Amino acid sequence: MSSLLTELPAEAFTSKDLVTDQDVRWCPGCGDYSILKQVQTVLPELGLKREEIVFISGIGCSSRFPYYMETYGMHSIHGRATAIASGLKATRPELSVWIITGDGDALSIGGNHFIHLLRRNFNVNVLLFNNEIYGLTKGQYSPTSEAGKITKSTPMGSVDHPFNPLALALGADGTFVARTMDRDPIHLRTILKRANEHKGTSLVEIYQNCNVFNDGAFEVYTDKKTKADETLFLEHGKPLVFGNENNKGIVIEGFTPRVVSINEVSANDLWIHDEHDRVKSDILSRFFDEVSNVAHFPRPFGVFYSEDRFCYEDAFNAQIEESIRLKGEGNLDKLLSGNNTWKVD
Amino acid sequence: MHTVINTKSPYLCGNFLQARLFNNAMENNTLVAAEATILFAGDSGDGIQLTGDQFTTTTALFGNDVSTFPNFPAEIRAPQGTLAGVSGFQLKFGSYEVFTPGDLCDMLVVMNAAALKANLKQLREGGMIIANTDGFDAKNLRLAKYPDGANPLEDGTLDAFKVYKLDVTKMVKTTLEGSGLGTKDIERTKNMFVLGFIFWVYNRQPDITIRFIEQKFAKRPEIVEANIKTLKAGYHFGETSETFMQRVQVNPAKIESGIYRNINGNPATAIGLIAAAKKSGLPLFLGSYPITPASDILHELSRHKNFGVRTFQAEDEIAAITSAIGASFGGSLAVTTSSGPGIALKTEAIGLAIMLELPLVIINVQRGGPSTGLPTKTEQADLLQAVYGRNGEAPLPVIAAQSPADCFNAVFEACRIAIEHSTPVFFLSDGFVANGAEPWRYPAAADLPEIKPNFATKPEGDEKFLPYKRDEKLARKWAIPGVKGLEHRIGGLEKEHETGNISYDPDNHEFMVKLRAEKVERVADFIPLQTIDNGPEKGRVLVLGWGSTYGSIKTAVNRAIKEGLSVAHAHVRYMVPFPKNLESILRNYDTVIVPEMNNGQLVKIIRDRFLIDAKGISKIKGMPFTADEIYTQIKHYCQS
Repeated sequence: MSSLLTELPAEAFTSKDLVTDQDVRWCPGCGDYSILKQVQTVLPELGLKREEIVFISGIGCSSRFPYYMETYGMHSIHGRATAIASGLKATRPELSVWIITGDGDALSIGGNHFIHLLRRNFNVNVLLFNNEIYGLTKGQYSPTSEAGKITKSTPMGSVDHPFNPLALALGADGTFVARTMDRDPIHLRTILKRANEHKGTSLVEIYQNCNVFNDGAFEVYTDKKTKADETLFLEHGKPLVFGNENNKGIVIEGFTPRVVSINEVSANDLWIHDEHDRVKSDILSRFFDEVSNVAHFPRPFGVFYSEDRFCYEDAFNAQIEESIRLKGEGNLDKLLSGNNTWKVD
Repeated sequence: MHTVINTKSPYLCGNFLQARLFNNAMENNTLVAAEATILFAGDSGDGIQLTGDQFTTTTALFGNDVSTFPNFPAEIRAPQGTLAGVSGFQLKFGSYEVFTPGDLCDMLVVMNAAALKANLKQLREGGMIIANTDGFDAKNLRLAKYPDGANPLEDGTLDAFKVYKLDVTKMVKTTLEGSGLGTKDIERTKNMFVLGFIFWVYNRQPDITIRFIEQKFAKRPEIVEANIKTLKAGYHFGETSETFMQRVQVNPAKIESGIYRNINGNPATAIGLIAAAKKSGLPLFLGSYPITPASDILHELSRHKNFGVRTFQAEDEIAAITSAIGASFGGSLAVTTSSGPGIALKTEAIGLAIMLELPLVIINVQRGGPSTGLPTKTEQADLLQAVYGRNGEAPLPVIAAQSPADCFNAVFEACRIAIEHSTPVFFLSDGFVANGAEPWRYPAAADLPEIKPNFATKPEGDEKFLPYKRDEKLARKWAIPGVKGLEHRIGGLEKEHETGNISYDPDNHEFMVKLRAEKVERVADFIPLQTIDNGPEKGRVLVLGWGSTYGSIKTAVNRAIKEGLSVAHAHVRYMVPFPKNLESILRNYDTVIVPEMNNGQLVKIIRDRFLIDAKGISKIKGMPFTADEIYTQIKHYCQS
């Protein structure tokens, strides 16, 4: 195998080189088109070798993604892309592995692999297309749909309490947790680059509009009339400000965040975003439509949390080297004979 | 008193006995026997499995042929002294080839009353019982559900046997007096005393066990000393009580010359995988989730990281197989190990591997089912699951191992077929072969065949890489990420022929279903023809077996042939596809009988494939067939 993988210098490629000969079959107007475009735009800028890029997906609308990327790819089975990527990355750490998944794929049928991927911290990127609906099966509620959602399978409204994907990821000790959206290409590209730079599992939740079954789910974050008051863009080391002309800010008193008018407080009193603060990132992830939130908060976008922690595949493969160092390269004849043998004449 | 080994064992009677028992004579007050069967039994915390393993290793190194059957409860420590908590280890060893762990035993070693009650039916008439009297106090008798006041060691109910009583607890306490060890540690050495004593009875030296103890407890010298002291005390006790006890000598077996080692099925499987990895030049990856009785393969492989073996204990059975699929995509020899319930969970992913046409070895160490079933007991009831158990038309090759050492050859074959035919392959073992042990004339690494991976290389010029283009085996090329120019996408959706693009075309789908089936059938061109293991090429009855029933069938057919019955034995290793000559072999006999530890699975396939009126013989008790059970059926069909 190793003889096939000769070291070649990275050859430049363009976003056009990443387009396959397959027709893209998402519904017209689907948010997935934008994400595909931004990924194809960003990848050539990352200094990767195209032959070392692998896209692995599960099942769902988003999971068709690999067919449209002229890289290595696998469209696998529902919920398992994370586990397949784990096996690939464990054995081929040099590859750039991108997992494409959705809210149903990652958080419902694949929930178990999702949390274990995060705790193990494989150096892979997870693009979680969250449209808060099951699109490919034509419109049932998903684990991120809001409670009370009326869908084909919930004519009287869903009684499920929804997942908060980023709180879940932080709870699983994810080392890079971020949110972006399909309709903000510049932000999306920035976050994709950050995800690639991070060594560890980079979870990027992407709000993605399903214009057929859940149109407008994220409109308040994109509509010009509401966007300023409903979104909060996080930048490391910068104060949490939002609203028209940044007229509002967030302060934190003890563990309690509060929305303030920018004129009420001095700039020093505002919450300064620290990506490495575990506790505060937890609080930020709770800026979410939850019954327990008395106050209404804008929805944060950006990198909530990042942490430098060893990656599974590094420790995994270091044990192989350590074992060889201690015991010497395995000798098959010795293994076959074991320690106790006898001769029969 | 004159101990005659095995004359009353039901299947060792008459002419057969005369033929098989040679040199049955007294030498220096020692009885020379051709074979012996011992059953060690006690609480699951008594160290019975370790005792059995140690005796097996020693007697195998002495040169006997050996076959073992560990039999233990699913609970790690079932309530002490109860029938539910009894753990057993049966072994048969002989001065000729031994194929089964024996039907009835000559000697039953019991650590308590429950062990006696649970296993007495396994002792032949006139056999010997060695009983730890301390395990027969009022409490133990009550827990074993003996009637009030009844003690089988005292009340004459064991008169048909020779009972030898030892107060093991008392003797280990005396032996270790002043050692400074607590009562608990002292009592834990009871099995060593018994082992020492049994070593003496069968004239085996305790040296190998002493070495084992020194290694196992290297960090606790006081425990090493105590165990060795007790082991030797048991041995010496035999010498000092010689007047009461008949020693037995089983001479080395006259088996094929060569160098042997002792091996259990699960380690043999693990070593076979490593050998296949070496011979194919591929790194080995195991994705596994712990499950009885397959976990020992994971344990064994995780010890051999210096062979480049990567073992990944996944979060569940599905991640175990899908991580292996990921590793296979990346160019590893990928394996997943499990047992029935875990295989059920892997089903969808097996279908994916079939669509991806990537090499993958799926190991099922079968246990009693359905559902959680009998986790520590053996069964062959997952054959139909392996052959048919997936959605859609999803064929794959299936290979079964017939004995502990054979796991090595069979899993090596599974790897070869997976790699060279670009397909997932099922390897079936079961609890009996996995935990059983036998001597193994192991091969030299250089004598193992090379396995040739079918890697794709960059296409010439402007030619487009076709991921589903096939060779004469109908195998597709293995194009691994990292190779420039081979970028391609694969997935679970139906593929267009050669390009691998998604296709919903009706004709293409039918074509691809048949192509995948043909690819698996074509494996038959690359495997050995079926052979007759034993008996005439034509005759009255053919016993057709598969998997772990090999030893019992072999022993039974041997006996029947010696008695002049017209019977032969063929044992199938390649369950899918069958060897090309299997049908013609089956048609050479009036009746085909198929003994299986299930409710009739191979027999169903045989009837379906060949329209042959094969007869099934079922045993579904979580226990292997005895040779006698099969012999009785052979006789029935030969006479009917």
